Amino acid sequence: MENKYVEMDLNEEINSDKTENRFLEFWKLFRRKKPALYSLYFILLLLVLVVAGQYITPFDHSEPNYSNILSSPSWPHVFGTDEYGRDVLSRVIAGTKIALTVSISAVLIGAIAGTILGLVSGFFGKWIDKAIMRFCDILFAFPDLILAIGIVAILGPGLQNVIIAIAFFSVPSFARIVRSSTLEVKELLFVESAKSMGASKRRIVFKHIFPETIPVIIVYFTMNVGTAILSAASLSFLGLGAELSSPDWGAMLSMGRDYIGTSFHIVFFPGLMIFLTVLAFNILGDGLRDVLDPKTRD
Amino acid sequence: MTQSTLIEVKGLTKKFPLGKKWFKPNGYVRAVDGLDFTIKKGETFGLVGESGCGKSTTGRLINGLIEANEGEILFDGQNLVGLPDSQWNSYRKRMQMIFQDPFASLSPRMKIKDIVIEPLDVHYPKMPKSEKLEKAEKLLEICGISKFHWNKYPHEFSGGQRQRISIARSLILNPELIIADEAVSALDVSIQSQVLNLLVDLQVEFDLTYLFISHDLSVVEHISNRIGVMYLGDLVEVASKEQLFKNPKHPYTQSLLSSIPQPGKQDREKIILKGEIPSASNPPKGCKFHTRCPFAMDICRKEIPENIHVDDDHVVACHLYS
Amino acid sequence: MEQLLKVSNLQTGFKNDREIQKVLHGIDLEVNKGEIVGLVGESGSGKSVTSLSIMQLLHGTPGKVLAGEINYKGVDLLSLKESEMRKYRGKELSMIFQEPMTSLNPVVKIGKQLTEIIMLHLKYSKKKAQGHAISMLESVGIPRAKDIMESYPHELSGGMLQRVMIAMQISCYPSLLIADEPTTALDVTIQAQILNLLKEIQETSNMGVLFITHDLGVVSEICDRVIVMYAGRIVEELSVDRLFEDASHPYTKGLIKSIPIIGQNKKKLFSIPGTVPSPRNMPKGCKFAPRCEFAMDICWQKEPALLDSNYGKSRCWLEAEDKEEAYDSKYSYRS
Repeated sequence: MENKYVEMDLNEEINSDKTENRFLEFWKLFRRKKPALYSLYFILLLLVLVVAGQYITPFDHSEPNYSNILSSPSWPHVFGTDEYGRDVLSRVIAGTKIALTVSISAVLIGAIAGTILGLVSGFFGKWIDKAIMRFCDILFAFPDLILAIGIVAILGPGLQNVIIAIAFFSVPSFARIVRSSTLEVKELLFVESAKSMGASKRRIVFKHIFPETIPVIIVYFTMNVGTAILSAASLSFLGLGAELSSPDWGAMLSMGRDYIGTSFHIVFFPGLMIFLTVLAFNILGDGLRDVLDPKTRD
Repeated sequence: MTQSTLIEVKGLTKKFPLGKKWFKPNGYVRAVDGLDFTIKKGETFGLVGESGCGKSTTGRLINGLIEANEGEILFDGQNLVGLPDSQWNSYRKRMQMIFQDPFASLSPRMKIKDIVIEPLDVHYPKMPKSEKLEKAEKLLEICGISKFHWNKYPHEFSGGQRQRISIARSLILNPELIIADEAVSALDVSIQSQVLNLLVDLQVEFDLTYLFISHDLSVVEHISNRIGVMYLGDLVEVASKEQLFKNPKHPYTQSLLSSIPQPGKQDREKIILKGEIPSASNPPKGCKFHTRCPFAMDICRKEIPENIHVDDDHVVACHLYS
Repeated sequence: MEQLLKVSNLQTGFKNDREIQKVLHGIDLEVNKGEIVGLVGESGSGKSVTSLSIMQLLHGTPGKVLAGEINYKGVDLLSLKESEMRKYRGKELSMIFQEPMTSLNPVVKIGKQLTEIIMLHLKYSKKKAQGHAISMLESVGIPRAKDIMESYPHELSGGMLQRVMIAMQISCYPSLLIADEPTTALDVTIQAQILNLLKEIQETSNMGVLFITHDLGVVSEICDRVIVMYAGRIVEELSVDRLFEDASHPYTKGLIKSIPIIGQNKKKLFSIPGTVPSPRNMPKGCKFAPRCEFAMDICWQKEPALLDSNYGKSRCWLEAEDKEEAYDSKYSYRS
């Protein structure tokens, strides 16, 4: 108990020394979170693969080579080849692009929609809040994947529809988290001070409240990308997402599972990539939360 | 003095409903209970009282941040109570607020220059940005913040500097009335005196009227011309500064005055009140002060005292003087 | 006078990213039995850190005592282990904070919190402790003490809670009470009550009190002696009777002149220009020099020592000029 007070008190003394730059301040704190830092490096590496992947893959990921099918990892096929003799390493690299573009764009759409709903819901309250929150409750009641399967079943398979499905089930979690942070921020003095000068509601929401919710959104965004990769892979695995011949990680798992007894490497490497990528996004999200949004840690 | 009246408040009342779960559904806190006072052009009207007395609510009512239940607020003759929001705004231009906590009253993610010109963005969206910035520069300069710091964010400033930024912002619309709600209470002594001096200078330069709300009697005494003392939503005494401090009438004012710790005057007689401030949701009947009043009589427990003019410009609500 | 507490050359720092930033630069102070000593300063002056260092409540924070001695009745508190210190805390030295809410457990009844402390330090039986707790609550002017024992902290007003805190902290008859801004969060009429109460208790129990505040008015109400801090250093020390007439340090004088005093009718207040320097940008010589109207060359070059002045001690070249010899031989400045 006592130390809570002490901390408050010491802050006053420390804060008399102002830091120059918000980003530097953030980076100083973040740099110390080693796991999150390495996760960030890993994700940056993945992004490099997304952009430059097609130039650095050793083989064409879709070029079959029937003379060399299901070969184990060895030079020059470091990750081995699949049942058509395609280079697994090249396919895994090409798959990065699909995984990240699908998951990031899906979560981005979900985040934008969810943020708007959350801001409106939290700021205006009353019936509009109730309506939006009930809608979210209903979406929450479905397991994510079942909901996504349902949507894809209606819209038809394909990556575009996977994006829509994942975006759809990301909406309620963003709406909720943004709403709760809006409720908190709207009671702060600077919001009242904006009201007192006669600022319009739109101005208050977008100029004063929204910027305060950005850290929370960033944290949630990062964590949701991890989940989205997993969901996209699952849908592809079930044949509802990417075409089975494409180098999607989920599709590779799906195609490779018939050979799992003899050629483990075909499923091992895409599976490993899914595992590492999801893990990296989750650890990064945890680290960001510790730095950006310390009060929700527990 | 033949100053004209800028603000006239008549019977101003604000009731906040209490939660419905545990209390009677119709319970109310009368945060402000039938206030009458006037503020003249160019003067500083001080409003003092302890926490929960309704002084901040009064400031917010006048600014229209919350809506009054009863009574009138005449601003330059126009009643503001019940005005639709769109018409309020033309009056909000003419009055601005400064808040207590300089750490919380500025948007943390806006640059100083954007904070200061925001009132212009709100009320004159068509004004060119260069003109707005020109005004901001001039005001920041007057308030002691150099242009050099324009692109900084609020957290990079100290409490005193932030309060100067708030003041610059409140002046940019050229208002007539500034409502200062505990504007210097969070500041250190040496900074407090700097800001008080600034406020005094600005009043002369910009022809301002102040409603100065504070719990600190010595600060209010320093800056005000007339002072109102509030207790549990009531205005118990209104008088000119000289009258109030030389000849306080209401027993609450008297004890309040004697409670202020004053450097170098520790030997004076003190009236230490007994008991706590009653809860505003369940105030005592009759005169609300009777539970702590050393002179309470029978009538005080039964009847609400009327406002009595004991002198020119000296009103007190106490049965002792009826 | 019997000496209770003697702090010498106390230096405390905060561990920052890489470096340790010093906040207290050699504090020397003493508190005697039966005396109320005021420790005054603005935010960032280090007055609260001083009290926390004395109570050794810095663990779990970036703060750390770097050097010095805190001598309480002949025992150096800094040499004690945490477990030994805990026996002192609450029994020998007690502390009252500005926000009573943060030092009380919100989910435990007040009676229980009180009796636990009494049982721990005075080794009373539960029943005896409860009786003692009730009489303590009554002694701080709490009506219906038995009912209050059964309430939770959030059910009481700020003034009541501060009374409970005081009852709790004096229940084991400490010899030294450290009060850190105990009335700052309270209303004036309630503040007057609490100050009165503290003074009464102090007079009857004859304990020593270190009273930390930013309010010179409060100091003059309650204290016997006052110590003024600026930028982690003591700049002046003198008796309260002398404070308003005979303060010699320009900072103290400036502070006094900055307070609006009722009936003074000044159009403008005196104000000390500028702000407290940040720990990273400390001036080289006297830390107050940039804001001082009397600053001379030497003030920018060399920091003055805390030397005897007419009515106490002062850290100022104006006072010390003719004592420079003494400065060089007796005090080697600790930076």
